[in-house]
Amino acid sequence: MKKILALTLSICLVLGLAACGGGSTPTTTAAPETTKAPETTKAPETTKAPETTKAPETTKAPETTVAPAPTSDKIKIGMVTDVGGVNDKSFNQTSWEGLQALQAEDPTFEVKYLESKTDADYQTNINTFIDDGYDLIICVGYMLADATKEAATANPDQKFAIIDDATCADLPNVACLMFAQEEASYLVGLVAGSVTKSKTVGYVQGMVSDTMNLFGIGYITGVLEACPDAKVLQYNANAFGDIPGGQTAAKDMITKGADVIYHAAGGTGIGVINACAEEGIWAIGVDTDQASLSPEHVITSAMKRVDVAAQDISKAVKAGTYKGGEYKYDLSNGGVDLAPTRTHIPEDVLKLVEEKKADIIAGKYKVPTTVADCPAFELK
Amino acid sequence: MKQKRSVVEIISTMRFLHILLAILIGFLIGAGFLAIMGISVGDAYGKLLDSVTTVKGLSYVVVYATPYILTGLSVAFSFKTGVFNIGAEGQFVVGSMAAAVTGILLGNLPKPLLIPLCFLAAMLAGAVWGIIVGFLKTKWGINEVLAMIMFNWIAFYLSNYIAGLPGIKNTGTAEATQTISENARTLLSKSTIADLGLAPTANWGILMALGAMLLVWFIIDKTTLGYELKAVGSNKFAAEYGGIGVNKSILTALAISGALAGLGGALQVMGMGGRISIFSSQEGFGFGGIVVALIGCSNPFGALAAGLFYGALTYGGSKLNLVGAPTQLISVIIGTVVFFIAISVVLERLGGGLRARKNVINREDAEKAPAGGPQKESSKEGDAQ
Repeated sequence: MKKILALTLSICLVLGLAACGGGSTPTTTAAPETTKAPETTKAPETTKAPETTKAPETTKAPETTVAPAPTSDKIKIGMVTDVGGVNDKSFNQTSWEGLQALQAEDPTFEVKYLESKTDADYQTNINTFIDDGYDLIICVGYMLADATKEAATANPDQKFAIIDDATCADLPNVACLMFAQEEASYLVGLVAGSVTKSKTVGYVQGMVSDTMNLFGIGYITGVLEACPDAKVLQYNANAFGDIPGGQTAAKDMITKGADVIYHAAGGTGIGVINACAEEGIWAIGVDTDQASLSPEHVITSAMKRVDVAAQDISKAVKAGTYKGGEYKYDLSNGGVDLAPTRTHIPEDVLKLVEEKKADIIAGKYKVPTTVADCPAFELK
Repeated sequence: MKQKRSVVEIISTMRFLHILLAILIGFLIGAGFLAIMGISVGDAYGKLLDSVTTVKGLSYVVVYATPYILTGLSVAFSFKTGVFNIGAEGQFVVGSMAAAVTGILLGNLPKPLLIPLCFLAAMLAGAVWGIIVGFLKTKWGINEVLAMIMFNWIAFYLSNYIAGLPGIKNTGTAEATQTISENARTLLSKSTIADLGLAPTANWGILMALGAMLLVWFIIDKTTLGYELKAVGSNKFAAEYGGIGVNKSILTALAISGALAGLGGALQVMGMGGRISIFSSQEGFGFGGIVVALIGCSNPFGALAAGLFYGALTYGGSKLNLVGAPTQLISVIIGTVVFFIAISVVLERLGGGLRARKNVINREDAEKAPAGGPQKESSKEGDAQ
């Protein structure tokens, strides 16, 4: 019994310590807000553009001293990541960078994020933002679809946006930001099919699902169009965070003759790119411009402008033009594209890609989206 | 006798002090990292405290702590009985999957029947997962730590496989199982939650955790079984010499330990989770249990307190992003606490050694002066009268 008492006391003491730490901020609720406001605007200033944003800070500071609750006139945007976390070098990170850029450019936005560790955290994190009165909650990834739907139904006045999911499109307070991943994957497939010398290319996917399969279907269609007798080695890593697994899979493909490998596997793909760099073959990145991971070996990336989508919907909330439903981001509006780093792509290949891109935008060609239309796709 | 008790008292207070000190150091080192990163320590720890001191926050803490209390009990129980249950992770996973499958397939059963059935299925699955490893150990002498680490992965992929089966898999786009039947959920009623202002996922799983805690305490301290298990844990050769079936004890210990972890899995899925996602990485409830058992001195009541502490850090920590601090700060704090508790065990042993030597010296002194002995005794008798 003494031990329980002892341990309970220890917890009290620890919390007491935390209280001492917290003691430096006054205990009234209004006060921390006023002290916090300048700090949050300070962070992006020092990292992004010091000169241009200095002015808003000085104008902001007096405001906070006059008005007791400056947060009320801020547009508060909360972002909930999926289990990949905010540094996934993929769409969570891109979305967050987009929001940070938005805040740096327009300080009336206040952006925050919450990371999810498990499936059960989605609801908790969404509720944290609801309780704190955020204007818009952006849920990153289709994994959050059910949690978003539940929260959106229970809180009809709360605005939501979700990336890569269209199942909530019937709710008036959820904006579904969809990307034509098959179009971007098709373009990188054309590149892979054109530059392969061994006529063998590789593809690593993070998980088998209808959304994820679009990457593979688009890619394989592109490869086979550029090089009809090419072989596409395919692997389902069944993980988005398994760097060594990605590395092993890519090495295996390389020993089987692959000389270009595309991945749609989040963190697992970092292993794929590492293996390609070690073996001196081409890698193709996904979601963001991944050339920075290995500038000499990443030939291009299939970009999804999740950052632009997150900014657009945030701006719509500010302008009062927000509405629920499906928003489609594809080649025609720049929502998906080849990455801007294209120095390694030969001139004639770029030309082919641009032609096909123009065809798709003009509606002359539609990239297949179902397994039935792409028999070469093997992952099931 | 009086003197002996006071020594026990000192030791227990010292252990408590060591843990307290370890926790303090953990927070100090966390503060150091915050300072290096240029984040206000007051903001970060203030947020941590703010988020767990409201009614809603406290209910979240309880919800987050429940599974960790169970895995903590599981590991604590195994520590007492001389096996290191690093497999609580896997047992938790198969337990939660067993509860989920029961909750989905038998969803039409009435609540009073379905809930115990889910608990039973989970405990059985966890126990079986523990017994398999125990069998490998007792039959062929396969190291249980290695086998358990592998069994964690088998559980991980088994769970992902089952989650993808038709009839179990989510019918929408989610990479998860279906949500289990409302009849299998342990959630409090919506009106209670609204009236008291609790977390939307508030559930009565904590009562099961408290029950499990009392049961573990009872088994370990009050039963022959517990005595036998502890005897095997302290010295299995001596226990065998004393007529205790060592293999049977190991199997029993792992079965009970596994059942506890499995129950933790059931409480998580029937309470907060509602469904199991297709994992992309281990969720760490079992590994968290090891930390809880360490902080809780492998004591059932300690596991409760440590579980709540861990739950508070996990929930409060998830909000650190809001003040610009990384959630990984929590891992730094917990890692430091575990490190310093491990060191404190070494210190305690050193201290214990010194004390033992001192006792020997004292006794020698007492023997050297036999004349003083009877006098003291008589004075004690006088006191008693």
